[in-house]
Amino acid sequence: MSSILVYSEQTGTALELVAAAQALAPQLGLSVSAAALGPDAAAQAAELAAHGAAAFSCAEATLAGLDTATVAQALAAIARQADARVVLLGSTRRGRELGGRLAQKLAAGCVTDATSVAVEDGRLVAGRYNLGGATVQREVATTPVTVVAVMPKVFAAGEPAAAPAAITPVSLGLPAPAVKLVETKPKEGESVDLSAAPRIVGIGRGLGKREDVALGEQLAAALGAELACTKSLADFGWLGEDRIVGLSGAKTVPDVYLGVGISGQVQHTVGIAQAKLIAAVNTDKEAPIFAMADYGIVGDLYQVVPALVEKLKALTTA
Amino acid sequence: MDIAVCVKTNPDLQLVRIKDRVPVLEAVPFKVGDLEKNALEAALQLRDAAGDGRIVAVAAAQGDRKVKETMKEALAIGADEAVIVTDPGLDGADQAGVAAVLAAALSKHGPFDLILFGEGSSDGYSGQVPGRVAELLGLPEIGYARKLEAGAAGLRAERSMGEVVEVLEVALPAVATVVSEINEPRIPSLMHIMKAGKKPVAEVGLADLGLEAGALAPGREVLSNLAEEQARKRVMLDGDAAAQAQALVDALVAEGVLGR
Repeated sequence: MSSILVYSEQTGTALELVAAAQALAPQLGLSVSAAALGPDAAAQAAELAAHGAAAFSCAEATLAGLDTATVAQALAAIARQADARVVLLGSTRRGRELGGRLAQKLAAGCVTDATSVAVEDGRLVAGRYNLGGATVQREVATTPVTVVAVMPKVFAAGEPAAAPAAITPVSLGLPAPAVKLVETKPKEGESVDLSAAPRIVGIGRGLGKREDVALGEQLAAALGAELACTKSLADFGWLGEDRIVGLSGAKTVPDVYLGVGISGQVQHTVGIAQAKLIAAVNTDKEAPIFAMADYGIVGDLYQVVPALVEKLKALTTA
Repeated sequence: MDIAVCVKTNPDLQLVRIKDRVPVLEAVPFKVGDLEKNALEAALQLRDAAGDGRIVAVAAAQGDRKVKETMKEALAIGADEAVIVTDPGLDGADQAGVAAVLAAALSKHGPFDLILFGEGSSDGYSGQVPGRVAELLGLPEIGYARKLEAGAAGLRAERSMGEVVEVLEVALPAVATVVSEINEPRIPSLMHIMKAGKKPVAEVGLADLGLEAGALAPGREVLSNLAEEQARKRVMLDGDAAAQAQALVDALVAEGVLGR
């Protein structure tokens, strides 16, 4: 039976995609399969199969560094074996890079960074931001095979299936990768994963000087939130690149996002559009951020932020 | 080291307005994408470190985007020459079509030791084209480089992948994409801008590259491209700073975001 094939190097993301595939597959008359590649393939395949996806497992040593060309070759072979009509990838950095290469191998149309995937009139429709986040483009591939790289957390992982699906070990005889992984270093400094943060305080150019980042830190601490910023502040070197939210940074899905001194350029707001609740503090009542905020405060952040910190502290100590 | 930098000309997104959810692109100027400027700067630094080589900016011209004018910016930044593919067949081409054109142009105007891209274009940001071109040319690729230098094998790159930083090496020729933190692109001087007008620009058509317009038929249908409807409450909190702060905290509690 033709299938939707799921792959992500991140098991959590792969399980989200399995849940998505299980929702989409019946509407397309397809089954659900999944690929597990690399040194941890056996464990990942077991998880995927436990969640009901027919798993293909390949632990060949040449996959160890997850070189894109090698992974694409492995996935193309598995896609043929699984008769995949749709390949769902996680749109992590690796998955996004993989998308184009795999699609080219499969002569497939491809959508990366998809924020929605649904079946409409029997066709798979994927939505993604376009024009720097100003618009959402909805596309249908007209090719026999479609590759869609889906943003993490667009779908929620499901529960394990009543009966696990089969695991098929595959031997592909992949060549040694041309790109050699020489070294893996831990990220310097503390690292943060904003895409998984439930609360986020974002700061932007409304902050006048580097020292004012402390205000954002105090507010984030009082709210129990991660601190994030616009690209500008990272360009100034005030915060690390891993704290950028938006087009060139994290796409976040927090329960609450509180933007301070952020005007609301789409390059930033594309990263917060999926927040459950958005609040904003800005001096300019015409700032675009207020048009997409649930709660807005027009005011001087140097007065409002200390007041907020005080009220939040009062709340937690009450 | 001979380096090709693939350049997409993008609408200046700061000037794109939305009217009734529809993006208005008329009269919006086009410019070299920010990440492509990083790629050009990376190419200049690699070439200078290697001592010699040429840098060619390559673009596929879609629609009425003023590519020739825009490519002068790439030449002013430091590319030695430009190759522009123009053809009505490029209108409405998807990433596969653009990749086919770029791969053919790179083959015809090469060979190149290194082919650089930005990790994504400013407007579409799909990041598909570099991987498709690498696949078409049968080359290895390194995505998201934040550092590029000559290495024992040919090219050494560093990139940040979530929790870890990877150091990679690859023999040339290869494809690489860069992220914004790799460098600070130089701003061309007036002299460089003047000189850019005299640098060679090759304008080629699909036939010159052995491609047919039919080969560029898109493998996708775009159903819509509209601004999202914002279903937000848009409640403005009034009063002095203390009152506003209290109102926001109360609202967050009422929304169930903050517990007592």
